[in-house]
Amino acid sequence: MNAIQSFGIDKQYENHVALHPLDLSVPEGSVFGLLGPNGAGKTTLLRIINQIISPDNGSVSFYGQKIDSSDSRHIGYLPEERGLYKKMKVGEQSMYLAQLKGLSRNEARKRLHWWFKKWGLETWWDKKVEELSKGMAQKIQFITTVLHEPKLLIFDEPFSGLDPVNAALIRDEMLRIREEGATIVLSTHRMESVEELCSHIALLNHGEKILDGTVNEIRESHRNGNFRLSYRSNEPITLSLPNQVEMSQNLRDFNKGICIAEIQSMKLNSSEIISVLAPQVDTIRFEEIIPSMNDIFIKSVEK
Amino acid sequence: MNPFIIIALREFTSRVKNKTFILMSIIGPLAIGALLVIPALFSNIDEDPKKLLVVDNSYLLLGTEKISRHSFQYLNPEEFDEESAISAVREKEIYDGLLFLPPSENGDPDFILRNTRLYSKGDIGIDLTRDIERRLGKLATEEKLKINGVDPSLVKNSTTIVNIKNLNLTEKGSEASSLPLKMAIGFGASFFIYMFTFFYSAQIMRGVIEEKTSRIVEVMITSVKPTQLLLGKIIGIAGVGLLQFLILIAFSTIIYSVAGSIGLLGSDISEVTPGGAIMENTESQTVLNEVIESFKTFNIPKLIGFFVFYWLGGYLLYGALFAAAGSAVDAEADTQQFMIPLTVPLLITLMLATPMMQEPNGTLAIWLSLIPFSSPLAMMIRLPFGGVQTWEIALSMLLLIIGFLGTTWISAKIYRVGILTYGKKASYKDLYKWLRRK
Repeated sequence: MNAIQSFGIDKQYENHVALHPLDLSVPEGSVFGLLGPNGAGKTTLLRIINQIISPDNGSVSFYGQKIDSSDSRHIGYLPEERGLYKKMKVGEQSMYLAQLKGLSRNEARKRLHWWFKKWGLETWWDKKVEELSKGMAQKIQFITTVLHEPKLLIFDEPFSGLDPVNAALIRDEMLRIREEGATIVLSTHRMESVEELCSHIALLNHGEKILDGTVNEIRESHRNGNFRLSYRSNEPITLSLPNQVEMSQNLRDFNKGICIAEIQSMKLNSSEIISVLAPQVDTIRFEEIIPSMNDIFIKSVEK
Repeated sequence: MNPFIIIALREFTSRVKNKTFILMSIIGPLAIGALLVIPALFSNIDEDPKKLLVVDNSYLLLGTEKISRHSFQYLNPEEFDEESAISAVREKEIYDGLLFLPPSENGDPDFILRNTRLYSKGDIGIDLTRDIERRLGKLATEEKLKINGVDPSLVKNSTTIVNIKNLNLTEKGSEASSLPLKMAIGFGASFFIYMFTFFYSAQIMRGVIEEKTSRIVEVMITSVKPTQLLLGKIIGIAGVGLLQFLILIAFSTIIYSVAGSIGLLGSDISEVTPGGAIMENTESQTVLNEVIESFKTFNIPKLIGFFVFYWLGGYLLYGALFAAAGSAVDAEADTQQFMIPLTVPLLITLMLATPMMQEPNGTLAIWLSLIPFSSPLAMMIRLPFGGVQTWEIALSMLLLIIGFLGTTWISAKIYRVGILTYGKKASYKDLYKWLRRK
């Protein structure tokens, strides 16, 4: 089943189209990367899913049912523009947000204490929010987003402003929550976290979906027949290549006596190529270069 | 629990727990209490009895030994002239001053009084001077009457005090009327509403801006609808206002009754000016009695009921609009362009209070008490005067309810777009577009 399914949703503002009719499926249990350059319509889409704004046309279903306001109890959303009441105490603030998501006072307190203990934040309970560092505030925001154990979690740039240690902390929690059965939508510009975390992606540009599918499928479909061969030699060796294969570069790495050859072929696969090349050199490594999500992103957007 | 209630509770408690609120709630009523009590307290403080030397060349005072508690010691005018009398006062410490009445020319009392001088060591006190002036005036009047061959006791006996009692015809009969009191209540109540409306509406606006600038608002509206957030805020702050009002009433009542029970509130007016100024004395007593009597004719609980209704109505109507203004800007400084149309209607109504009070059931007053943007003030000005038709009150209340539902509806539409719009200074045109956005 799809956690989220949109049917032809679009949104137009006074002088520009934020979203062209969009069909999108977020499979249950996936980590779904929502990608796109600034102004591509990601935030508009996320706001529509969160029912903050309504689409001009089309509809959204949530686990097979048309989404309605009661579903907000089952969604956790960490918006890109996020903040806390500066004058409130951390504990008070967390309790408040938890209760708004429908948790009872006792339940909210119990769960919050668990999280605060886990991340060593207990001493911060009675401190004012304005005393928090940015990373600290972000951790609190993460906790309040996931505290009510929603079926669907939506994170908009969850790693911005976090140091690598805290980013890893949040990432691990996301994966744990996914293991427990939640679906995660992740909107980010950090392509390495997309490759690390996401099972599926959709790429938006100018309010249109230009790409979607599983990460593997997409990377496969963007294969451009680039292979790389590393071999031991002090000088580049002239390789005899099979038909339909061309040498793009043959370089020498002077320091270590290692040469690298880049080979291009859309017709042959790697075992067919290596079987020809292997006898000619002392092979260290042979690999197919599959484009990174970063490359795919840039290429697709520039198209 | 309903999210709306959770929000209202937070808005309420976060403000009530605030130190400023606690200070305001205690200092405010104390200040009002002080305004009531301190003047009474001071007017009651006994002045030290003064001793004056008197040189009465014209024998006008006829050897009067005391005025109030102050005593006079006479010097023989044949032995002392003005200068030697002055040095006599200087020499003797027990005397506080010198009253010098010059000899008369042709027995003209006016000449004496024009040239009478009171020398004193330090300030002698305004009351003593006034008392001496009154006594001299009275004696001079008697003297003049005598000169013209009229017996002063005849005049005294034929002096008549007139006090027309104002009565308003009502359905049940008639009741005492007191115009100044009505004006005071009407103007006081509407001024209070004016202050409260803007004070608390501004709090709503500041709260909205705070949520926007701290970027909490998008987190909030994923849990609750913008309208719930808006209404929760408005109602929560209304609770703060009501609480403050109750504290004010409670404190004032306590202070007033405490002050009353220890006799600070004008219960002894007749003692202040014994002897002289009998007429004035009777007058002020009559006015006081009238005030007390006519206070009884007001239906105070009913007036308070109307007051609370119109105050809340005005607050809700303007509060919603202030919230919309707050949602359209990124910083409080940018609200200027929206402030003028929001503050002017009530300000104009307040400025029109005088013509309305002159003709509380005239066309101007009736219209202003029906229009929701002015009715909270205008109706409170009219009500104490009586004569407001039941249908007028009903229509005015109905229109006010429709009015604030209307402004809330409009504001909610602007608000839900405004809170998500950053970094752009919204114009009226933008607001109109937001209003129409689906």
